[in-house]
Amino acid sequence: MGELEYLITKDFEEIFSAIEKTKGLAKFIAGGTNIIPYMHAEAISPELLIDLNGLEDLKYIREKNGTITIGALTTISEIVASEIIGNKCQILHSAANSLGSPLTRNRATIGGNLADASPAADMAPPLLALEASIHTKRGGVEGREIPLDKFFIGPNKTVLAEDELITQIRFSKPKDSARGIFIKLGLRNSLAISVVSIAVILDMEGQVCQKARVALGAVAPTIIRAFHVESKLEGGEINENIIQECAEIVKEEISPISDIRASAEYRRLASSVILKRAIQQVLKGEVL
Amino acid sequence: MNKKNITLVINEKKHELSVFPNELLLNVIREELELTGTKYACGIGECGACTVIVNGAPILACLTLAVAVDGSEITTIEGLTKADGTLHPMQQAFLDHSAVQCGFCTPGMILMGKALGDENPGLKGITEADINNYFKGNLCRCTGYTSIVRAVMSCAHEGK
Repeated sequence: MGELEYLITKDFEEIFSAIEKTKGLAKFIAGGTNIIPYMHAEAISPELLIDLNGLEDLKYIREKNGTITIGALTTISEIVASEIIGNKCQILHSAANSLGSPLTRNRATIGGNLADASPAADMAPPLLALEASIHTKRGGVEGREIPLDKFFIGPNKTVLAEDELITQIRFSKPKDSARGIFIKLGLRNSLAISVVSIAVILDMEGQVCQKARVALGAVAPTIIRAFHVESKLEGGEINENIIQECAEIVKEEISPISDIRASAEYRRLASSVILKRAIQQVLKGEVL
Repeated sequence: MNKKNITLVINEKKHELSVFPNELLLNVIREELELTGTKYACGIGECGACTVIVNGAPILACLTLAVAVDGSEITTIEGLTKADGTLHPMQQAFLDHSAVQCGFCTPGMILMGKALGDENPGLKGITEADINNYFKGNLCRCTGYTSIVRAVMSCAHEGK
C-alpha cells in the first residue's frame, strides 16, 4: 500500500470536496470486507479512503405506507435481525443470512454489497426481484433514483459517478398474495461465493400468476432479470410444462463464464435445475 | 502518510495510539499491543483466526482498519481470563472437551462461543445447528469441529 489518507466525517460536502481534490484516487469504504482484500491484493491503490461510517444517519430499516427503505450503511447482520425484513420480506432475509459468515455480516453493508457490483453479490438478486431502486447523493448536483436493473453495467461496474454515493435502497412491500424464494448454490455451505443464485417472486391469484419476477446471480457479467422467463410465467396457470419451458428458456437468457468455481456449462445446467426447483417450491407456498 | 491518533479500549484498558490509515486492527493488536492471542492466518477474511469482539459484535480484525474502530471497546482472547487467572467458562469448556489441537483457530472459536453466549444468555435453547451456523466463518483444520461443538454445547447445557 502506498501513500494513503483517511477521512471520516458526517458532512457530505466535506466528502464531495475531498473527492474533487483527489481526482480519481479516492475510494469509499464502509464495512471494508471487499475494499481491504482488494487493497491487500493491490487491485486498487487509493490515495484517500473515505469511511462512510461517519454518516450515521444512513443506518436504518423502515417501513412506511407500504414502502420499505434501508439505509446504505445498514449491516447485513442488521438486515438478518430485522423484524420488518423477517416478517415482510423473507427472500431478502435468507439472502442476507447466506452472505459470507456472521463475522463478515457484522461489518459488511447493503450499500457496499451493491456498490461492489460483484456478479455474485448475494443481496442483489432478491432486491432485483423486489424491483428495488437505489437513491444517491452527489457533489454539486442533485442525487437521483436509479432502478436496480439499470444500476449494474458490468463486473464490479455500476452507473455511479465517482462523486456519487448510495444513501438508500427502497422497494415496495410485497403484496400479501406474493410468494418468493432465494436459492443459492455454492461449493459448500459456509462462506461460499455463489455459483448460481436465484430469486423468484410470484404473485398468484388462485392458479393464475399475475406477476413474476426472476433474478439470477453469478451467471452473467451482472446480476440479471430473466425477462423471458417472467413473461412465460405471467398471465396463466403455471403447470409442469410451463416450468419445463422456463428451465429451457433460462439457459438462453444467461451468459455464464467458466471460472475457478464452475464451468459455464455447469452454471447453465445448474441454473435450469435450480430455477425449476425455485418455481416449484414457491408454488408449494414458500413464504416471501 | 500522516498518522492518526486513535483511542481503543482493549480488554477494558484504554490505549492512546498513533497509527497509519492503512494499518489493520489485527496488526495493531499483535504488534503494537503485543496481544498475540489474536492470530494472523489467511489475511483475507476467510478463516476467522483473527476474530475479536468490537462493541459486542465479533468481527475479523484482518479486514478492519484500526482507524475505523477509533473509540471502540474491543475484547481479545486475552480479555476473557480474570485477573486472578480464573478462566472464562468457554475457555474451561474447550479444555475439558479437548477442543484444542494446534490452537491456531482456538482464540477465534472461543470468542465466537462467548459472543454467542452474550447474544443468547445462558446459551438457552442453542442447538448444534445454531452453533454450526454461527461458527461458519471460523475454520479449523486439525482439531475437528466435533469437539469444538461439544465444548460449546456443554456451556449451553450448564447455562454458562
